[in-house]
Amino acid sequence: MSSSKNKSANDKLIGTEISGAEIIVNALREQGVDTIFGYPGGAVLPIYDALYQQDYITHVLVRHEQGASHMAEGYARSTGKCGTVLVTSGPGVTNAITGIVDALLDSIPMVVLCGQVPTHLIGTDAFQEADTTGLTRSAAKHNYLVKSVDDLEGIIHEAYHIATTGRPGPVVIDIPKDVQFGKTIFKGKNSYKDFEYDPITEPYMPAIKMAIDLLAKAKKPVIYTGGGIINAGKEASEALREFVKITNFPITSTLMGLGAYPASGKNWLGMLGMHGSYEANLTMHDCDVMLCIGARFDDRVTGRLDAFSPNSKKIHIDIEPSSINKNVQVDIGIVADAGIATKALVEEWKNHKGKRPNLEPWWNEINGWRARNSFGYKNSDDIIIPQFAIERLYELTKDRETYITTEVGLHQMWAAQHYHFEEPNRWMTSGGLGTMGYGLPAAVGVQKAHPDALVIDIAGDASVQMTMQEISCAIQYNLPVKIFIMNNEWMGMVRQWQQLLHGERYSHSYSHSLPDFVKMAEAFGCLGLRIDKPSELDAKIKEMIDYDGPVIVDCRVSKIENCFPMIPSGKAHNDMLMPDDLGDIGSVITDAGKKLV
Amino acid sequence: MNQPASAYFISEEKPEIIRTTLAVIVKNEPGVLGRVVGLFSARGYNIESLTVAETDHAKHTSRITIVTSGTSATLAQIKAQLNRIVPVKRVIDFHGDSDALSRELALIKVAGKGDDRVESLRLADAFKAKVLDAGLEHFTFELTGSSKKLDDFISMMKPLGLVEVSRTGVATIRRGKGKV
Repeated sequence: MSSSKNKSANDKLIGTEISGAEIIVNALREQGVDTIFGYPGGAVLPIYDALYQQDYITHVLVRHEQGASHMAEGYARSTGKCGTVLVTSGPGVTNAITGIVDALLDSIPMVVLCGQVPTHLIGTDAFQEADTTGLTRSAAKHNYLVKSVDDLEGIIHEAYHIATTGRPGPVVIDIPKDVQFGKTIFKGKNSYKDFEYDPITEPYMPAIKMAIDLLAKAKKPVIYTGGGIINAGKEASEALREFVKITNFPITSTLMGLGAYPASGKNWLGMLGMHGSYEANLTMHDCDVMLCIGARFDDRVTGRLDAFSPNSKKIHIDIEPSSINKNVQVDIGIVADAGIATKALVEEWKNHKGKRPNLEPWWNEINGWRARNSFGYKNSDDIIIPQFAIERLYELTKDRETYITTEVGLHQMWAAQHYHFEEPNRWMTSGGLGTMGYGLPAAVGVQKAHPDALVIDIAGDASVQMTMQEISCAIQYNLPVKIFIMNNEWMGMVRQWQQLLHGERYSHSYSHSLPDFVKMAEAFGCLGLRIDKPSELDAKIKEMIDYDGPVIVDCRVSKIENCFPMIPSGKAHNDMLMPDDLGDIGSVITDAGKKLV
Repeated sequence: MNQPASAYFISEEKPEIIRTTLAVIVKNEPGVLGRVVGLFSARGYNIESLTVAETDHAKHTSRITIVTSGTSATLAQIKAQLNRIVPVKRVIDFHGDSDALSRELALIKVAGKGDDRVESLRLADAFKAKVLDAGLEHFTFELTGSSKKLDDFISMMKPLGLVEVSRTGVATIRRGKGKV
């Protein structure tokens, strides 16, 4: 492996005096960084110079720094490794911030290296100066301003430690230009081992035993998992699958957790929450014991809090202590790594003696809800129904190594409902922050990490315009991402809410002056395809897959299709709006509910 | 509110508001106070008083003492969120701790003539305030004690010609020989 080669090369440097910029490049190399997403500028030129003179780290030149932070997210989510971003001072940093906050909310490990004006100019409103540590204080998990080159190496290693342990997140390192030029002795990674930041990962075993006692007596149990299982690595997903198998409990997941348990698994209920399945939400509402692993009771998941799963005992496992009892008071809170805790649950369940309730009545009830087929839709021979387009996309790509990213909006929810994930790390979407423009750059980052895989951004016509210049980056690096635009000429989610909540007054949600996406693809230098009829879907999707290079697909879908089921604002899990309820759409949402986001 | 301002939360309940003093032991590095204060504003928590100074120069640790209030759930969340901040080493909650000693210092300037002036000095004596500075038409008092004592003294000075008040905020420590 290249890591041993990297190590031996680095060993020669230990004890020698090198520049701050060279320290950065060599410390990253020791951290196992193989790819940086970045954009040069005056305050990072020394680092770019050091990058130019080495060949073990690949640099991907983005077209806008927001693209860099989303690419690093895609890279990180699909590999489980830490993403790395390099941007210049001032606008370089401010542009990257959206992706940094996105990573913060979705717990994505990322280190962002920023150039800064020289230390003697800090505070003088110098050219391209911005208060990076001030701006990113609430945007990142942690940040640093490196004031001396002697501190640089230790800070870099500590930053990767903080980004990747505990609840993962972005760490920003602001590096003034004179620090990049300054020289000091290179010490090597092994000199930096003891970090004060040391989160708990092992569960408190008596609490695990209590949890198993509770679960073993449950007549109506449910498992609700989130992105924490994905972040805890493949072993966590395996432990979860085993736990479901030995307990026969029903399982649902948040948007972030899709793929941890396979969608084809017999205990799978589908995603829960605002646009989750009828069976998942009713199982959550009616359960008597809820086991939550690595999820955080987000408002999109819980619906109305005071009516959330009112009759259940709740067990919450999370690596972040502040997540426990934040939104929902639980009966047993366990601070631990999701994977380690799930393995402990498996062991304790196996050791637990005693009679267990028959779950058959509970499964009968759940199967009754399943029969409602809440993701059903009315198909058409003339117009492409978006759900049908995603179903075809799934059928034609499911046997390949496929990674899906999305933008934010209706297409994202339909992708979550109708694309079925069998493995973790295959689904990259902006959950917490809901960042339109996430999917295209994220797909580029995924493709960089998995050059031979099929990477598809399921996009919307509005979202894709926010970051579409990154297709140029995909072309530059021969990254054959497929941008599948579900073009309904609307900001569909906004339009749906205006229809339901604002008296069908469609204020500024129509996508006027849309570009011709096919011509745009050609102008950038990739393949553009248009799909107008349901009958063309399969052939065009196959053409997209088979084309050796990036493709932009303009898939013209129904303009009025809404996403259901939906838990309207101010309502509880057992009060879902189903597609067949549409007759009384105006009266479903209360005035109080209309004030909510 | 014992719940955050969730998009869905519609509550009629008004749970009990508790006041407490937190001692936050932090690594003294640039921006650490900004992180702590920023947390309170970003998440909508109250700060009633705040004091900070380096307390161990060798280890570069500072002690930030914060008086805050909220429901028991909010206070638990404040402590958990403070512990998320990387340079925060410990958070100590003095709520309900009968061994906690709290003191605050105030500098109080009063201007007046005649009976008012005499009365302010008499009250200062009763409160064991020190005279730091005096002129023919003013006194500046230094007063140490509980926040309540300071509040009482200041309100008594108002009709006697109170000009200006400077308060340090609360410092708290526990009785006995042990370390918190």
